[in-house]
Amino acid sequence: MRSYLTRRLWQSLLVLLGVSVVVFFILHLTGDPAALLLPPDATAEDIAKFRQAMGFDDPVAVQYVRFLKGAVRGDFGESLRHGEPAMGLVLERLPATFELAGAGLLIAFALAIPAGIVSAVRRNTSVDYISTVVALLGQAMPTFWLGIMLILVFSVRLNWLPSSGRGGLEHLILPAITLGLFTTARITRLTRSGMLEVLGQDYIRTARAKGVSERPVVWKHALKNASIPIVTIVGIELGTALGGSVITETIFAWPGVGRLSVQAIFNRDYPVVQAAVFLLASTFVIVNFTVDVIYTYLDPRIRFR
Amino acid sequence: MAAPSPSSVATSDLPPLVRPRPWAEREWVALVRRLVRRRTALFGLLVVVGVMVAAAAAPLISPFDPLEQDIGQRLREPGWQDAQARVHPLGTDHLGRDILARVIFGSRVALVVGLAAVVISGVLGMLIGLVAGYFGGRTDDFLMRLADIQLAFPFILLAIAVIGVLGPSLRNIIIVIGVSSWVVYARVVRGEVLSIREREYVQAAVALGSRHGRVLLHHVLPNTLTPWLVVATLDMARVIVIESALSFLGLGVQPPTPTWGGMLADGRVYLSTAWWLATFPGLAILITVLGINLFGDGLRDTLDPRLKV
Repeated sequence: MRSYLTRRLWQSLLVLLGVSVVVFFILHLTGDPAALLLPPDATAEDIAKFRQAMGFDDPVAVQYVRFLKGAVRGDFGESLRHGEPAMGLVLERLPATFELAGAGLLIAFALAIPAGIVSAVRRNTSVDYISTVVALLGQAMPTFWLGIMLILVFSVRLNWLPSSGRGGLEHLILPAITLGLFTTARITRLTRSGMLEVLGQDYIRTARAKGVSERPVVWKHALKNASIPIVTIVGIELGTALGGSVITETIFAWPGVGRLSVQAIFNRDYPVVQAAVFLLASTFVIVNFTVDVIYTYLDPRIRFR
Repeated sequence: MAAPSPSSVATSDLPPLVRPRPWAEREWVALVRRLVRRRTALFGLLVVVGVMVAAAAAPLISPFDPLEQDIGQRLREPGWQDAQARVHPLGTDHLGRDILARVIFGSRVALVVGLAAVVISGVLGMLIGLVAGYFGGRTDDFLMRLADIQLAFPFILLAIAVIGVLGPSLRNIIIVIGVSSWVVYARVVRGEVLSIREREYVQAAVALGSRHGRVLLHHVLPNTLTPWLVVATLDMARVIVIESALSFLGLGVQPPTPTWGGMLADGRVYLSTAWWLATFPGLAILITVLGINLFGDGLRDTLDPRLKV
């Protein structure tokens, strides 16, 4: 088991290194990072001076090593707009993004698992059809449109909930639903198909034959085994939520990392963009490694793979 | 026993080895029949065909020019009849442009980006999956780590960062989405190849001295096409949503070209006064994506029910 986890740890570190390479090259895509970072009206002399000051004349490998040395210390340079360390700005916004992503995932799991189970147990009834149709629509609905429609109905028309900003619980509801819907749909379908598969197994028939009543059969015997694929995608869904936060935060003016990144891209504030991309990608890698560690305890078979 | 020489057999008396099958017996006809029998898949197919026809024949079926502005007729509600007694079924936008026309023309960008990006990522993923699965070992390890790196990034954030640097244009959007969407193809193809390479016909081809390239191309690749096609269909829906999201953020194909995402962004500003601006382009995305998903699900269930995508 230790060798499996050691291998996974090395793999994760390798992936983080790869992430740093990609983030480094974002700035070098056009070939001239100096021109990208300076305002469009900068003179050729300014650009040359800036290029030398930033070390853009050095070989790319040297620049990358310098970038990596900064990155491991969380140093991505200063924001060109705010004059503060880029990573500090991003970290300041991180709690808001985690709050939103957490709420979105919570809603998703709280709705999807019961819906998926009921769908599977009452297969081909009207409950199943409704839940399947809702899940299909949920998977097809673009996040940004859902957000706008929720604002239209609940903020503009009914005036029940605020349409923007962060504050109390009422501010969290619409963005969390918006962010969570896609995941809800996916997990509902996954739970349904997983439960259907498990409910057909021999040990379920054995449990029923023994006279175990229906409730423990479904909630204990079946759900425990159907939950393995669901646990597996928790980490992946977090990635979906972090990516989705870019759009959701923009629509609801939620002061998180996603909105900050979009603003930074439009302001050509690339140190902030690099810090944000690096931080979110690293979060994803670390969470997935953690999920794997927990997983080896839940499902010992995986250690021997 | 000596084999009869070819000339001693009157070949004309024998039925040909490969008899051209009547139309109704062909495999793909049977496939379409099975597909159509699933009602949801048929609905999906109709939607997909409908959107394709709308995109191809946009100038013929659109009642208006999508770029024609008429400030006097701005923000008119659905069903509005203008001075020349022309009806705007879905109303007009903040510049007096007809929304239906813009929704119809918007399908062009969505489909072009969808198809082109899927071709790029599909071919890339196919190549990587074939090589990783067939050669295994370190090559496989290396390529699968690349996949992990790709997956670590929140897709939309990486896409907007790169497009922000390169500048938004149809070409850049296609390239960025295409190049960064290969992982799902590579994983599915690799999984297939792992089992295909152990089959006897592949072993036989290797034993007979076929080169790797030939084995991959003639014996392995054809057997990975089915799952690849299913993935490509379902991925097309995802790409269309991404393209709309980029346009929504202002990093897609630039105005005045109509895009669904761009229309939505315009409509968001007028949400409290003119609900139809944001509603109809969103419905267009929803219906298109739903259609592709249902068609893709049907395709998967018909072709390869074991496939988990």
